[in-house]
Order: sequence, then C-alpha cells, then structure tokens
Amino acid sequence: MARLNSPEALENFRQEILSKRDPKKPCISICAGAGCIASGADEVIAAFSAEIEKEGLQAQVDTKGTGCPGFCERGPVVVIYPEEICYLQVTPEDVPEIISQTIKEKKVVDRLLYEDPVTGERAIHESDITFYKNQQRTVLCNNIKIDSKNIDDYLALDGYSALAKALSKMTAVDVLEEVKKSNLRGRGGAGFPAGRKWEGSRNAPEPIKYVIVNADEGDPGAFMDRALLEGNPHSILEGLIIGGYAIGSNEGYIYVRQEYPLAVKNINLAIKQAEAYGLLGENILGSGYDFNVFVHQGAGAFVCGESTALMTALEGRVGEPRPKYVRSNVKGLWERPSVLNNVETWANVPLIINNGADWFTEIGTESSKGTKIFSLVGKITNTGLVEVPMGITLRDIIYKIGGGIPDGKKFKAVQTGGPSGGCIPEEQLDLEVGFDELTKAGSMMGSGGMIVMDEDTCMVDVARYFINFLTDESCGKCVPCREGLRQMHRILTNITEGKGEEGDIELLEVLSETAVEASLCALGKSAPNPFLSTLRYFRDEYEAHIKEKRCPALSCKELIAFYIDPGKCLACGICYKKCPAKAIDGGKKKIHIIDQEKCTNCGTCFEVCPPRFGAVAKISGKPVPPPIPEEKRIIIRKSKNNE
Amino acid sequence: MSDIFLEIDGKEVKATKGMTVLAAAQSAGISIPTLCYHEKLEPFGGCRLCIVEAEARGWTKLVVSCVYPVEEKLIVRTRSEKIDRIRKTILELLLAHAPDSPALHDLAQVYGADKNRFEKEASFCIHCGLCVRYCAEVKKKNAVGFVDRGIRKEISFIPEIASKECNDCKECFPLCPTSYLQAAFVLTEALVFPSSSE
Repeated sequence: MARLNSPEALENFRQEILSKRDPKKPCISICAGAGCIASGADEVIAAFSAEIEKEGLQAQVDTKGTGCPGFCERGPVVVIYPEEICYLQVTPEDVPEIISQTIKEKKVVDRLLYEDPVTGERAIHESDITFYKNQQRTVLCNNIKIDSKNIDDYLALDGYSALAKALSKMTAVDVLEEVKKSNLRGRGGAGFPAGRKWEGSRNAPEPIKYVIVNADEGDPGAFMDRALLEGNPHSILEGLIIGGYAIGSNEGYIYVRQEYPLAVKNINLAIKQAEAYGLLGENILGSGYDFNVFVHQGAGAFVCGESTALMTALEGRVGEPRPKYVRSNVKGLWERPSVLNNVETWANVPLIINNGADWFTEIGTESSKGTKIFSLVGKITNTGLVEVPMGITLRDIIYKIGGGIPDGKKFKAVQTGGPSGGCIPEEQLDLEVGFDELTKAGSMMGSGGMIVMDEDTCMVDVARYFINFLTDESCGKCVPCREGLRQMHRILTNITEGKGEEGDIELLEVLSETAVEASLCALGKSAPNPFLSTLRYFRDEYEAHIKEKRCPALSCKELIAFYIDPGKCLACGICYKKCPAKAIDGGKKKIHIIDQEKCTNCGTCFEVCPPRFGAVAKISGKPVPPPIPEEKRIIIRKSKNNE
Repeated sequence: MSDIFLEIDGKEVKATKGMTVLAAAQSAGISIPTLCYHEKLEPFGGCRLCIVEAEARGWTKLVVSCVYPVEEKLIVRTRSEKIDRIRKTILELLLAHAPDSPALHDLAQVYGADKNRFEKEASFCIHCGLCVRYCAEVKKKNAVGFVDRGIRKEISFIPEIASKECNDCKECFPLCPTSYLQAAFVLTEALVFPSSSE
C-alpha cells in the first residue's frame, strides 16, 4: 500500500474500499472486547468460522471480531448485518442455528433476542433494546461496526476525514477555535476545557510541544477507555493528530496501562497501519505536517493517571506527582508545553471537527456539552458501558438504561467519579449529570465510573474500601496523603469493626481537611471524598456504628450475628450440613441453634436456608437471644404443607 | 532583572522573578516552618508544613511556600487558624512515626501538637527525603534511595555504592530529623556491605 499523499487520495481510497464492499452481503459482527472474551467470545468466533467453512459459505458471509458495544451483562454480543439483528449471550452451540436460520433462511432466532423483562417483548435490533434506547452513542457507536485490527473498516466509516479536513481546509488556529467553541471538557476527571488547555500550549513560547493520551484508566469498575482503545483505536489516534496540529506539536505519546494488553496491542497496530497509509509520520496526506506517536506502558501505579505523575513516569522516572503552580500545558513533559487529555476526550475531537462545534454544543447542559460514557456496574440489572447526553438524570441512567436494581432490592446510593468520587443518595437521583452538578452534590464526574449500591451495602464500609484503595495507591511523597489516609483507613476500619469511639468522626474531618487543603496532587486532595460524601448523606450510619455498635445495612461482619428463629426453623438440616465452622447444632426434628462462640459470621446459613422458611436472621446492635431450652427444641407438630 | 514586590504578613518584601515565597520570606527575616526544605536542594514539596495563604487578584488559596513562585502584589499570610490547624495535624501524623524527634518536638510546642493523637507506628523515618536528595543532587552518588510506594515506602542504602562512598562522606547524617538514617546505614553496613576481600 502506497502512502496516501493528499486528501483526495484518501477520499479515492475510501471509495475504493466501499466499492469492494457489498452492503447487502451478510456480515456477522462478534464483540471481541475484553468483557465478551471473558464470556467466551473467542470460542463463538471460532465456531462461526468453522460453521461457515463447513457450510461452504466463505464467499457469501463476512465475519469480524469488533470492539465493545457496551452490553457486557449479556455478552457475547453478536450483530448480523445488513439487518442489524442483535443476538445476546451467544454460545458456540447457538452458531449452527444462526447460520442455518438467519444467514441462510433469513429468519430470526427468537430465543437469542433481548426480551424485555417488563413487557416480555423481544427486540430484534440493538436500538430497540431498552438498554440502548435511551442512550446517545456518538463516540461508542462505531465499536460494533469496526474490526479494530483493520484500518479499512475505520476508513469505510469516514475515518480520518476529520484529519483531512483539518489539514487541508483549516488552519491550526481554526481547529483550536472550533474545539474552544465546542466547550469540550476533559473526560478524565477535572473537566478542564480542552480548548483552553490547547490554547495555553499553543501560545507557550517553547517551540517543542507534546500531545499525550491519558489511558491510565485505573478506577475500580471503570472500563470505558479500555473499550475505546480496544475497539476503535484509530478514533483516538485521529483526535491526537488533530490536537498536535492545532497546538503545533510533532510528537504524541499514549500512556496506557500495562494491565490492558489488548488495548496496547490494538493501539500499536493502529499506529503501524496509520503510518503505512501516510496518516501518521512525515508529511501527512501531503500537507507538510509531520507527527509521530509513541506508546508508553504504565507500570501499575494508579497515581500515574495524575498529570504530573504521568509526565514524570514518561520521562523515565518514578511516577510521582510534582508541584504544579505552572500548568503542564505550559511546562509539562521535559518541562515543555504538553497537552494531556483523556482517551474519550481525544475520541470526541474528530467528531467536533467533522460535524462542527455547533453540533456538539446542541447536546448537553449549559456547562457540560456532548455525551459522556459511563461504566455502569455494581448492583444493577444491566451492567455495561453507556453513553448518554450530558444532562440526563441519574435516575434515567440507573432505571431506564440500567434496568434498576436486581433481586427486588432497594437502591441506596450511586458512587460516581472513581475511588475519590462520592456517593449520591436516593433523594439526589433526579440530579442532571454534568461536571458542575456532580461536584455540587459532593461527588464528581471523574472519568465516568458509576457503581450502584443497594440496601445491603454499608456506607461506612464503602468509605473504608475506597480509602483503603487510595492508601494503597498513594505515592507516599506528601504527608497529608500518605499519613493522613493511613490514619483515616485505620479509624474507618475500627468503626466497621465496632471499635469506633466518640470523636472519630471529628478526627476524620480534621484529617480530611488536611488532605484536601495540603496534599500535593489531586489524588490526595480528592481522597477524602468517599468519607465526606458518605458522612454528608449517611451520617446516621456512622453514628449507629460508633454509638450503638450496629451496622444498619447488616453488612459489617464484626457487628452482626446470625441467629436461627426457633419459630421458623423446621429442622431441614441444610444449614447444619453446610456450616463450614460446624457451629450449628441440629438433629432430626430439632430446632437448630447457632453456637455464637464457634460462628465465624460467614453467612452460609443465611444463604442456604430455604426462602420458604427464612429462619436465619442477621442481628446487629442488640444481643442475640439466648438459645431455647433443650426440651423446647423438639418440633412436635409438623403439618404436611410445611415440608 | 526587575524586582517583584509582594506582601508577607503585612510587610512589603522585595523579591526577584523565579524566587519562591519561602525564599522571599526568609530573605525578609520572616520564619515559615519546614521539614523537607534545604537551601542546596531542589524544592520537594513533600512535608507540606510550609503551607501559607496566598491572595492574588482577589482569590485566596492555600499554597506550599517552598514551591510557590512570587508574583507582583501577592499577599501572603503565614499564620491563620486554618494554617495552624493543618500544621498541627501534619506534625501529629509525623509524631506517630518519630515521637522523639527533637525537630518535631520543637515545632509541636509552637503548634500545640499532641504526639499521642494518632496510633503510634514507630518507624522513625518521616520521608522528608533530605538524605536521598542530598546524595543525588549535591553529592551525585545516589548511595541512598527510596524503595516501594506509599505507606510502604522506605529509605534504603544501596550496598554497592554506599560501601564505597559513605564512610568518607556522611554529610547526610546531620540532615536527618529523626536519626533513623544513621540506624539504616549501620544496619546496611553490618548486614549487606560487600566484604573487603571481594
């Protein structure tokens, strides 16, 4: 393949790709993202290949492994074009039926379609599924259409047309102004306006400048950047090149965490392909503009997602943050102007250049424009990636898209913004999602993690969990974070273990103030959020733990006891058999009793007691009733319908 | 180079571009407490004790004076109820590790810090990094470095370098605010220095 040396050559090549493709030819797209692979997508892909070969259909059907379309809960996801029939939870055993029915007979296999849990209706197309219906997918939408290892697929969908437009029809300042006008805010955490960041770098006197992709996605439960890197790496690359052009940089870096091997592989492949086509390297599309990209793998430190720590690590030193009273866009990597933006931010750039800033600002709220991808996880029916317009309410995300809380449990809180985000309670669910709105509610947008919690979740324990994560990830350079978090974690652990004391809340507040005001970087400054937001909305839970040694969610092991209600136990013997601590005294027709001395609070009895009896109860904050006397343990009258 | 005028604790202070607030304060005889600062070393910004209030263009924020650059008409306050409370907490957090450090004791008196406020974990090192940075920046030997991360981070002598360089130098010893450095050196020397025959 010769390098494309002009925008026209790119356009001609695109037409050539399209002319070779028959839009009516069936194409089987199978999600090959990390989530679906974990659910067996590789085996499904292999089964399709084998079946197609067996049936001699190689010439009539295409198959491709694509990026993640987001509905991880029901993976592996298979979409069949041109009809766009969407099959969920496909197994290798389903493959022959799909080939014989859908490909050969053009019939839909009903049982593999999405079935609405409320109406029972089946959805043939992706867009009919409730999970997708309320989303607005401008960034993620191409994932399922693209074989992420094939640049031609991206080109067929107008890929690199924004780059061609920028280089041939716009000056660097035009590009900058368009991005500024779009009011695109950073998708990685603080939501700083990208255009303003770029402008600062462009105007900085130092001639050598850098553009960097922050792909060090480390928040527990977050995987939107991974899905984009794995599924549509060229969109990020295209955005980065456009950014480089806008600020006058000839060198870009992609800082991607080592824990994302598929993303590393796909982005490296994408760079090679783009170079071969003349979309990267010297004299891009004959414009005279040169740009090179390097991939740097992180070494496993969460703090390297922080801008100055990331740049220090890129320089080959220990990834620790440095004081930044001069912004990195003026003095960043190797003390040179450096624009660092998150994966999703870069992926939005080609869309803004192609469709214009006005298109982008039509979506969203006053201060937050465009769409945002969230990874919706936790106690939620539809786990997955969702892309929604800014301004949608949390309630719509959780109930309309997420399908609500499973197992008939009650919603308690949603944690947004990653480990240093905050928990938002039921009464705030009508909050419109946006950078400033979430901050005002004591949480933050962060990079878009969204962890849903139900009534069984203890909010003190949640705070303890996240503070523990951050203590572990603190780089240790500054005292308020390293020592402050260590003490906060110790105090929170004590509270969840029933060793909380009067004054603990106040002490935690003092430590929070010190960390927020005096920490060196954003990790420390935002680290107390899990505590502060849960205290703000769930203070009663803290007080119950400390004053009554009671865990209202019946979750903290040290504060609960298991007890068999003598009025409900029918001596079925299941708990007796399953108890790993041999703490249950049972026997035929004898009401079972838990020996509290031996019990390890593992909860097995609670889980195995048949729901129709429901005899095992959790108790917290009050003494366990004494065991019933031996003579009363015999179950005398046992009616048949109890069995 | 033109002079910059700023105000520190109500006093007009003359400074030059590129100077830090801490340096400007020191030149005017105004004292700000520090633990990780050393005049021969690059500012580190680790202990956060030199935190002050800075007001510029109507905005007030807390900044760390050892790294914050001076600017024209900046108004700096080196003490306030909040600053003192933060310094007290920082000292208390460090006293949990080094309860008998003379440097911490003196500062604890000024800020009313209680060395028993937090559960003790007498590991002695307070991670000011003076030894590590002095060895790297001034002596250019890197005989002592930090290992591991966060709460597991500790200083460690590199036996191969330390066995050659340290006995004739030991310039970092008096810098250590807790005397842990000497102990670490003696231990390294006793346990892992290569024997002279090697």
